[in-house]
Amino acid sequence: MRLLRIVPDDTRFDFMRFRRISFPISAMLSIVAILLYFYHGLNFGIDFVGGTLMEVQTKAGPADLAKMRGTIGALHLGDFQLQQFGAPNDVLIRISEQPGGDAAQQEAVQKVRNALGSEVEYRRVEVVGPSVSTELLSYGTIGLVLAIGAILIYLWFRFEWQFALGAMIANVHDLVLTVGFMSLTHIDFDLTSIAALLTILGYSLNDTVVIYDRIREMLRRYKRMPMPDLLNASINATLSRSIVTHLTVSLSLLALLLFGGQAIRSFTATMMFGVVLVGTYTSVFIASPILIYLGVGRTRRGEPEGTEVEAPPTAPQAPPSPPSSSKAPPKRAKARR
Amino acid sequence: MLFFTRWKAAGILLTALVVCLFALPNFFSEDAVRAWPSWAQRHIVLGLDLQGGSSLLLEVDTAAVRKERLQGLADDVLRTLRQARIAFTGRSIHGNGVEVRITRESDVDNASAKLRELSQPLSGILGSSGQRSVDINVNGGLITLTPSDAAITERIRQAVDQSIQIIERRVNELGLVEPTIQREGSSRILVQVPGLQDPSRLKAILGKTAKLDFRMVDLSETVQQAQATHVPQDSEILDGEGGQKYLIEKRVLVSGADLVDAQPGFDQRSNEPIVSFRFNSSGARKFAEATQANVGKPFAIVLDNKVISAPVIREPILGGSGQISGNFTVQQANDLSILLRAGALPAPLAVIEERTVGPGLGQDSINAGEHAAYVGAALVVFFMLVTYGLFGLFANIAVAVNVMMIFGVLSMLSATLTLPGIAGIVLTVGIAVDSNVLIYERIREEVRAGRSAISAIDAGFSRALATILDSNITTFIAAAVLFYIGTGPVRGFAVTLGIGILTSLFTAFTLTRLIVAYWVRVWRPRTVPI
Repeated sequence: MRLLRIVPDDTRFDFMRFRRISFPISAMLSIVAILLYFYHGLNFGIDFVGGTLMEVQTKAGPADLAKMRGTIGALHLGDFQLQQFGAPNDVLIRISEQPGGDAAQQEAVQKVRNALGSEVEYRRVEVVGPSVSTELLSYGTIGLVLAIGAILIYLWFRFEWQFALGAMIANVHDLVLTVGFMSLTHIDFDLTSIAALLTILGYSLNDTVVIYDRIREMLRRYKRMPMPDLLNASINATLSRSIVTHLTVSLSLLALLLFGGQAIRSFTATMMFGVVLVGTYTSVFIASPILIYLGVGRTRRGEPEGTEVEAPPTAPQAPPSPPSSSKAPPKRAKARR
Repeated sequence: MLFFTRWKAAGILLTALVVCLFALPNFFSEDAVRAWPSWAQRHIVLGLDLQGGSSLLLEVDTAAVRKERLQGLADDVLRTLRQARIAFTGRSIHGNGVEVRITRESDVDNASAKLRELSQPLSGILGSSGQRSVDINVNGGLITLTPSDAAITERIRQAVDQSIQIIERRVNELGLVEPTIQREGSSRILVQVPGLQDPSRLKAILGKTAKLDFRMVDLSETVQQAQATHVPQDSEILDGEGGQKYLIEKRVLVSGADLVDAQPGFDQRSNEPIVSFRFNSSGARKFAEATQANVGKPFAIVLDNKVISAPVIREPILGGSGQISGNFTVQQANDLSILLRAGALPAPLAVIEERTVGPGLGQDSINAGEHAAYVGAALVVFFMLVTYGLFGLFANIAVAVNVMMIFGVLSMLSATLTLPGIAGIVLTVGIAVDSNVLIYERIREEVRAGRSAISAIDAGFSRALATILDSNITTFIAAAVLFYIGTGPVRGFAVTLGIGILTSLFTAFTLTRLIVAYWVRVWRPRTVPI
């Protein structure tokens, strides 16, 4: 049986050349994302701003949104939104936080329940009081910061500090772009979004770490190869894995997106953007080239001509395994230009 | 890397088998499982978002606890000084403390010595903590007593504990099935009731303090007089039904704590709903004495500072039982008797978060989750087969075992499976194969580098290990943080993701390696079909 090769065996893409394009693009996109966050804002769900969310399903026929709007409007509960949610008889009602503390939220729900009566089935009712919502937001933020911190410390132990810093820059970039995406698409930003952001963080790092791992291995093995060549070789060597893995993750995410139901759709859409689109791009075009600027291997050029350490001792008969190493010299001149 | 002793291989297979077997109870009906030994009965609990139900987060009113402690302290000061016959003026609650001014300077030392007896040493976890329950400050004739923070914290802790017991009783009285009630943080209580669709009644029942007192009506003035001039020091004006107001003595004749039973019923003459109650012996004695002394005068039944009714005592009530009537509906009489049986909360509770999912949405979510899981798994399995052939099959076996092991571990922990949790499992399927992909790509590389088949497989496994560990540990850190900060569904996601990472390390690395090693031994391949 002939097996599928998504990526040819010996790719020699010069990824490092793209850093002159990818860095400005990423910087620009990050600024756009930050501007979006401040001027367009996030569609904060009730988890973080308090209020009430009800998902109701009309029992007879499609929902009459206008009529429902009238019924709820008559209750004078301040700002509220009605939104079709999946099926035509499924309606999402969002009521902003009522003034007057926790008890007032409860009264509002009761009023809506009384007004809509038994014509609808209450599929979901969520009420978050003001004291909880502020806490949830701060917990969410603390969680993100803690996670980034903990991962950084781990990377710092396992690699050199430049790697930890590079990974952090790359991942903050991912998070910023994802938040920008959420602002642009107006996806609900709630507790599950924090979960999505953390998972994106985990995956994006996962990917970055796989490439860094290879870079570290190559750094030990080829003491004299210039950094850009070495980085290119590392990325090319892991390219097939990156793509295969992302395809499998995309396939499972796609299944969740299409069949996982409305309740987790915003979660999967965010993941799709963060993991599949941004995460892959970042580890190749940001996380790796940034190592050049952070000074990994800078001391190498000053080194006296040492002996090149060849293949590992376990397999003395094997030639150096990364294919691009033998082609390094011609590229060197190009990269130094 | 490819050599396994017989014992090691058996150990690996046994581990996988045992963990998978723990998942079994989930596939049988509850009745069938009941006959199994108890350690094998543990199964996955469906979260409220999947089975439907109501989750309420309640907060104990800590300000009320503090206030009550101060009021109690003020009463203690009054009693102590009166017993010691020390003259004083200006006893008042001031900020966080109680102030009292001793009239004669010669009494101050005696007074402060007596008041110091009100302060007890607090016991910490390891014996005495050196702190006392009340800080006393003497400044000339002015003595200030402040309850210490530690004492207030302890009081709040007790209040939450008591509240949990009382909530349990109330929820059980309502006949709700399998409720879970647990403490959250320092002053919160999480109540989860599976299957409850409309928590309105539950919220109404939990929202009542249900502090019941029998007190005398103060007849020295009318309510209007008291409102116009000043309310007597030992009385207060309370609301009744329909806007009526009463002047009620603060002194409590008998409190709800002395009740032993309360039942809803109907009045024999008027046929309206009532609640009949019975006192314990000390309550009955106190009630008998009070009614004997006050025949012909009205007394008030006060619930949560609201007068339910104020009947006139026609004759002494000696039997220790009575009834409360107050224009109740049947439901109200029912609820009141539940509240009285369960006892009063030490402090008011507020509902600060509510999440209710109807059974329809729950079932839809289960279906959607299952559907997505099957489709996702099918896509990944197919993709792996097409890409890696026989080795793809090995990876698929590993992933299938992995999913079973996740269910097994979840069952062992009796963990809660939520919809985001299902998403976590589906994602784990996606990344569990990542470890396999890392290994296989490495093997391909080693083959290209000119190694022999067996040597390439061996090197592929050993070189991929560091990468697999590094990448999985970073994801695991994210999952751990999610678990730590998350609540409810988010925590469910973190649990399945975290467990999935651990089991996938075992299946993708160790189990796959065992399978490959066996294949190598049997087939002695010259080339790697990868």
